[in-house]
Amino acid sequence: MPTVTMTVNGMQRSGTVESRTLLVEFLREHLGLTGTHVGCDTSQCGACVVHVSGTSVKSCTCLAVQADGADVTTIEGLANGTDLHPMQEAFREHHGLQCGFCTPGMVLSAVDLANRNSNPSEHEVREWLEGNLCRCTGYHNIVKAVQAGAQAMGGGS
Amino acid sequence: MSGNGTGIGASVKRKEDTRFLTGRGRYTDDINLPGQLYGYILRSGMAHAKIGTVHTDAAKAAPGVHAVFAGKDMEGVGGIPTGWLIHSKDGSPMVEPPHPALALGKVRYVGDCVAIVVAETADQARAAANLIDVEREELPAVASIKAAEADGAPQVFDEAPGNVCYDWEVGDKAATDAAFEAADHVVSIDVVNNRLIPNAIEPRAAIANYDPATGEYTLYTTSQNPHLTRLLLGAFVLGLPEHKLRIVAPDVGGGFGSKIPHYAEEAILTWTAGQLGRPVKWTCDRIDAFKSDTHGRDHISTARLALDADGKFLGLHVSTKCNLGAYLSTFATCVPTYLYGILFAGPYTTPAVYCEVKSFFTNTVPVDALRGAGRPEATYLLERLVDKAASELGMDRVEIRRQNFIREFPYQTPVALQYDQGDYDATLDLALEASDWDGFEARRAESAARGKLRGIGISTFIEACGIAPSAVVGSLGARAGLYESGSVRVHPTGSVSVFTGTHSHGQGHETTFAQIVSDMLGVDFDAVDVVHGDSAKIPFGMGTYGSRSLAVGGTAIYLAVEKVIEKGKKIAAHLLEASVEDIEFENGSFTVAGTDRSKSLGEVALTAYVPHNYPEGLEPGLEETAFYDPLNFTFPAGTHVAEVEVDPETGEVDLVAVTGSDDVGRIINPMIVAGQLHGGLAHGIGQALMEECVYQDDGQLETGSYMNYTMPRAADLPSFSINHNTTLCTHNPLGAKGVGEVGSIGVPPAVINAVIDALRPLGVHDMSMPATSQRVWQAIQQAQG
Amino acid sequence: MDEAVAALGGGAKLIAGGQSLLPVMKLNLAAPTDLVSLAGVPGLADIADGGDSVTVGAMCTHTQVAGSGIVQARIPALAAMADGIGDAQVRNAGTIGGSVAHNDPAADYPAACVALGATIVTDRREIHADHFFQGMFMTPLEDDEVITAVRFPVPERAAYAKFANPASKYAVAGVMVAKRGTGVRVAVTGASGDGVFRVTEMEEALEDSFSAEAVAGIGVSSHELLSDTAANAEYRAHLVTVMAKRAVEACG
Repeated sequence: MPTVTMTVNGMQRSGTVESRTLLVEFLREHLGLTGTHVGCDTSQCGACVVHVSGTSVKSCTCLAVQADGADVTTIEGLANGTDLHPMQEAFREHHGLQCGFCTPGMVLSAVDLANRNSNPSEHEVREWLEGNLCRCTGYHNIVKAVQAGAQAMGGGS
Repeated sequence: MSGNGTGIGASVKRKEDTRFLTGRGRYTDDINLPGQLYGYILRSGMAHAKIGTVHTDAAKAAPGVHAVFAGKDMEGVGGIPTGWLIHSKDGSPMVEPPHPALALGKVRYVGDCVAIVVAETADQARAAANLIDVEREELPAVASIKAAEADGAPQVFDEAPGNVCYDWEVGDKAATDAAFEAADHVVSIDVVNNRLIPNAIEPRAAIANYDPATGEYTLYTTSQNPHLTRLLLGAFVLGLPEHKLRIVAPDVGGGFGSKIPHYAEEAILTWTAGQLGRPVKWTCDRIDAFKSDTHGRDHISTARLALDADGKFLGLHVSTKCNLGAYLSTFATCVPTYLYGILFAGPYTTPAVYCEVKSFFTNTVPVDALRGAGRPEATYLLERLVDKAASELGMDRVEIRRQNFIREFPYQTPVALQYDQGDYDATLDLALEASDWDGFEARRAESAARGKLRGIGISTFIEACGIAPSAVVGSLGARAGLYESGSVRVHPTGSVSVFTGTHSHGQGHETTFAQIVSDMLGVDFDAVDVVHGDSAKIPFGMGTYGSRSLAVGGTAIYLAVEKVIEKGKKIAAHLLEASVEDIEFENGSFTVAGTDRSKSLGEVALTAYVPHNYPEGLEPGLEETAFYDPLNFTFPAGTHVAEVEVDPETGEVDLVAVTGSDDVGRIINPMIVAGQLHGGLAHGIGQALMEECVYQDDGQLETGSYMNYTMPRAADLPSFSINHNTTLCTHNPLGAKGVGEVGSIGVPPAVINAVIDALRPLGVHDMSMPATSQRVWQAIQQAQG
Repeated sequence: MDEAVAALGGGAKLIAGGQSLLPVMKLNLAAPTDLVSLAGVPGLADIADGGDSVTVGAMCTHTQVAGSGIVQARIPALAAMADGIGDAQVRNAGTIGGSVAHNDPAADYPAACVALGATIVTDRREIHADHFFQGMFMTPLEDDEVITAVRFPVPERAAYAKFANPASKYAVAGVMVAKRGTGVRVAVTGASGDGVFRVTEMEEALEDSFSAEAVAGIGVSSHELLSDTAANAEYRAHLVTVMAKRAVEACG
């Protein structure tokens, strides 16, 4: 079984996995990072979105071995100590979450957008979020939160 | 009620959010117990089959496997019960066939539980399940209402001839018939209420444990109502007393009704953990969720409205057939009856209303409550019919509604409900203004200039929430009470723990209830914590559904706080050497009326726990529990307006604007209330434009994943205009009505009425949900001949 | 690269971004014994401007293609098409090589490759798009053959119009129209179970008159088109014409 080593939330982590182990399984089951969620098995819901080498990917559609050597950020690694990341803070401020299950993927997807576009329009935000399903919020406040979070990030995290 | 920065009426940021935003929520699948094994549920791939021996030897011998159990192994363990006994028109009770947790003798839908494999890892359990050989003989299936009622249709249950579960009615048939005889106009409509799949983003999961030392079972499960699950699982299925069965519903990732029922998997897991003496964990994957989470809606109806020459409603006759699926889920039987038929007065003065509902078993997933549960079905039918009446009588859509509004309260409807309060004109006026209804024709012209067809639609509606009172629902067949408990524990140093029997899975109870308690007790918002979801911590509870949590659960908390204050007055009176009658409580201080002599709540609390100087005969401690059984339903009401733009070339419907104008009663946290409305609207729009569960004739689920079941996405929706006009509920002290289901109840007919309005110039006068591009295009083709 | 080729064959399967392969593996529709990753092979993620053509390395993600200055300048239709594939996360991980090799009948790239007359470059040969897409999930690639790049001739004008399945977001009807010299190509994806196909009647009409009106009256036969919950064959056929028209309009 292959051994993978990657930097997760700033710390080097290693583990022995099966070659078909998904990144999300490695994060949740090997590293105990249960903030990354699984909501579907067809790569659509986006609850599992993490950053791999700075861009958002669906960790349910990425093998752990594909992330070998990469820099991975999960929702647990976004805040700076007790200070929420500006995107997290914007979601709180604008009530961009309800049950919280889609939230980690939603926030990490939003951060990726904000890194590319510090002032996204409502339309751009809605289009970007195609890969993130939410059943609670009707997206209304998520969109507001992403716009505010992107502004607060000032174009880079 | 002070309405201060964190009090009632303030948009306080949620207590829940920090843990959810930092990945520290604790959902069922995040929980791991030492020594746990993993269960995999083998499900039926056939919709209807006789099953013989289930050969499990090969699976049992597979790597890592600890046990395999099938129906025979669980034989004798009670079946999954249903919570409401419905009686047919002739007085006979509904047909209530057994529902074994693991199929026995027959499987009745694709997804029916056949066996559980328990192994060291989830992958091993899944792999071993492939080795199970089920002897089976496929039977013809009935996958729809039409198939179920056909002559000679296959029988889902031998004891249910014609696949009928019950044939129910409400209202005065003779009076309604008489109204039609006297009518100047009769308008009729046929509608289908499309079957939906709930799709909370967190799939169901459970982990069961048995402690041989104490004889106690613990089940962590994705439930909206842990105590109800304990009642059903303990008393009806496994025969366990309450004190030996603990149910924990930790953070739950959305419910929408689909996490109300007590599911077979919960019983199988708990029983299996007892057999093996080890924790067993199961997590549903999405593909299995599509075929095992209860579905919603699925009605076929025909209705007639009698009107006089001026457009006044005289009578309404509704005949509905509904699909209950293969077994009776927890609330399956009451959703299309007591949450549906009694809604047909709507906001209108229709003096005679009659509704009959015939419910069928089919070889499909059991159907149960889904956001709105019965009330969206009723509202959709009524508001489509009212629009059609306006069209056929040549009346204005708004005026025909206004002309029939109820304006005097309390109002006794002809279908059992008594509305306590409302102002339907006010929400209508607000909606017209906020949606710029009068300016629509200019927008239609602008769209037309771009080759697009614009339409606007409206619905005016009421709902009945916070189902109650227990004595009434009991007389109608409910097998549980529908009250709620609340406990308030003021700790010695003045911080407060609140225990509620409701469950929060997105609604923000930890914040809203803390606002109420902090406001009433005058303690810091941060000093109040709300505890829910654990039967070992909460006295009792009926859980969260039917928009009941604030109106019923919030009221229980309110009453418990009042008790705390009453007791505190006795302690303060003693300390202040005054008469109890002279003690006033405000802003956290007990004061002798007309003086500046006072004791803070903290001082009183400390005294309660260190009762050195204490009233004689008074118990120490400052903790009170209240059970609240509501006096009536609550009746949120409102007007929703939808505006669409149709591309006549492709049939695509672009939802341009949605306006909600709602009376939800007292608003504790406007931010949270708006969020609830947004979510409900999205769900209702999903039903109107996108979502449809499709079964093939042989009972195979055609829309079995996100590849072909359309979930509303961000780009499918506009931002919503949310507006309020509040009248207070008269029979609970908070004046609260409910908000969680408003959107999904009110908006679907507004959207479809808008689509029809857009297409009317092309000769299209009817449209079914969901109004997909293909369906709209086909309607245009048909109309254009 | 040699290492990768040597490891292939038998039950091994090549993985690029994994956005097509992993979903089918998760549904147990594919169970390769080994996966060979191209992630470590240098030079496969470059985009080069060759004057009359643009060469896109096989490991370029859709995000890279959509954001490439070269692609945006030379073949903006290709950049726009890549920007419309799947969702943001699929675009971040999915690659052109993986998409082309998979040949999903509802994928977007096959339409672009055929309409633009692309050449699929492998470790051992070059295959013109016309001969590459052989039907649902079928290509002439050998088991151990590796796509290294796709070379797109630069068109005078091109545009892609897609009608997406509302659930999956795959193409129900995706039409790429490209004009180069006197020749016009119209390639359709998503509509047929056999994958991408050309509509010669539309091509001829556009060669006579490059205008939306020229194709507005030309329908494709619904006879061999897909039929599913989102779109039956008749509706799909209609959408092919509408998307063709819109693609021509978008060519400007």
